[in-house]
Amino acid sequence: MSEIPLLRVEKVGKAFGRHQVLREVSLDVHAGQVLCVIGPSGSGKSTLLRCVNRLEVPDSGYVYLEGQPVGFRWKGDGLHEMTSSQLAAQRRRMGMVFQNFHLFPHRRVVDNVTEGPVVVNGLDRGTAREQAMELLTKVGLADKAGAFPESLSGGQQQRVAIARSLAMRPALMLFDEPTSALDPELVGDVLDVMRDLARDGMTMVVVTHEMAFARDVADQVVFMDGGRVVEAGPPERIFGAPEHERTRSFLSRVL
Amino acid sequence: MTFAGSPAQGSEEGGAFRGAERGAFRSAEGARRVPLRHPWWWAGGAVLVLLIALFARLLLTNENLRWSVVLEYLFDREILGGLVTTLELTVLAMVLGLAIGVVLAVMRLSANPLFRSVSWLWLWFFRGVPPLVQMVFWFNLATLIPVIELGVPFGPTLASWDTNTVVSSFSAAILGLALTESAYAAEMIRAGIQAVPKGQTEAALVVGMSRFQVLRRVVLPQALRIVVPPIGNDLISMLKFTSLVSVLATPDLLYSAQMIYSRNYRTIPLLLVATIWYLVLTTLLTLAQQHVERRMKVTRATAGRAGDVRRLRFLPSFGKA
Repeated sequence: MSEIPLLRVEKVGKAFGRHQVLREVSLDVHAGQVLCVIGPSGSGKSTLLRCVNRLEVPDSGYVYLEGQPVGFRWKGDGLHEMTSSQLAAQRRRMGMVFQNFHLFPHRRVVDNVTEGPVVVNGLDRGTAREQAMELLTKVGLADKAGAFPESLSGGQQQRVAIARSLAMRPALMLFDEPTSALDPELVGDVLDVMRDLARDGMTMVVVTHEMAFARDVADQVVFMDGGRVVEAGPPERIFGAPEHERTRSFLSRVL
Repeated sequence: MTFAGSPAQGSEEGGAFRGAERGAFRSAEGARRVPLRHPWWWAGGAVLVLLIALFARLLLTNENLRWSVVLEYLFDREILGGLVTTLELTVLAMVLGLAIGVVLAVMRLSANPLFRSVSWLWLWFFRGVPPLVQMVFWFNLATLIPVIELGVPFGPTLASWDTNTVVSSFSAAILGLALTESAYAAEMIRAGIQAVPKGQTEAALVVGMSRFQVLRRVVLPQALRIVVPPIGNDLISMLKFTSLVSVLATPDLLYSAQMIYSRNYRTIPLLLVATIWYLVLTTLLTLAQQHVERRMKVTRATAGRAGDVRRLRFLPSFGKA
């Protein structure tokens, strides 16, 4: 493909203290694609995702969203670091779903979803509420609109979190182990919502341990270990005929 | 390997139950049950009742209390005026103190070391100097700075006021109380902010909020809920601390009572009048605090849980969409 990738990660490195978490990680995601990142715990998958929307600031390398470096602005030949509000504007293009949901506990479900559009985009409450109800219907939780997050199950909370992200109409959705904190029987509902999203053409980067989901839904799978991309390619190849010994041994243990 | 002292095991080994060795099994069903007695509970209670009776006799029979005088002055105009002043002082000092406290707490958590140190210095100073000393100091500010000027620093003056007219005894009292409160409130609010999980900030940033929006819409509302009980406590102690202003001759509840008894020498009855009003106010504040706490608990935690009747009040016509 010759077009500019929606997301490009270029030689991103990150260390916490003396621990090198990411080493020159590079990858491209084109519009409409689903990229799944798999790998053992501590391989740097989540940190990679957090570097994409700059919740973590990379030590080296750049992330480009729609061709623009994330967190920086071109001024002539120089890259100027963005102000907090400029970065916020860029982050609006990327939704993110966390392992532990992080819903706002002091707001009702529907207000969790409208908060972004109202506070950030200045949408009027009525319209925001209508859109929120549409999204909640989509994730199957319209009847929980008036409840507080605490009264919801983990799976329901995670679906609200997805609706909250979608309300900002992002170009890209980041999922950080969205089902890892859920009871096994609740995983399916969340994955179904994600499958629907992928079918609707949403561009997604999904860090996951759900290999079946990765095999079914991903256009591209990246296997990471020790902060490096060991192997990347279509799911048929990664799961069917992995080239690297490390990939093979990981898959043999999780499949 | 044997499991000694494991009574549930090994009944098939023959007589693992010690009771079974002594005789036949005795069922407890239908037997007379004797509850545990608490003799000291009764003895302690008797002493307390005696003490209460003695105190009640003192209140009722001691002539120096002069309940008729108490009743006469309880709704006296001067006293009621003092009551209003006390309330004004409490509310103003508290609001001002909390507002400064929020700013100090945010400064304390700032990445900028200068902000952090200024906040720390403020806390150190205003927590260290007694409010009474501060009040007297503010009241005498004119001796230090006779004229307050507004203008360009080290440049021309745009406006100026005589310090004595700006800092009355009332505003000196407010300053002393509010600045002390700001230091305490700052520490409480900082603890509250730090108790809000980091994931909340991240979730808000990811939705595209700016740092300020995150603070105002997500972090502070949750931090303040955490901080309600200690703030309520502070409000009640603030009410009592306002009595310090009698030193500056501000006619609050206590000073009004003092002015009356300095004329008629009915010291004890008028102090009783003040006491009664302070108790009434603290009782009201305690009830208000309980109400707020309960309400917040409902909106935050229990609402939406099936079977909770109270939820109906806070969930108007939603959820059937």
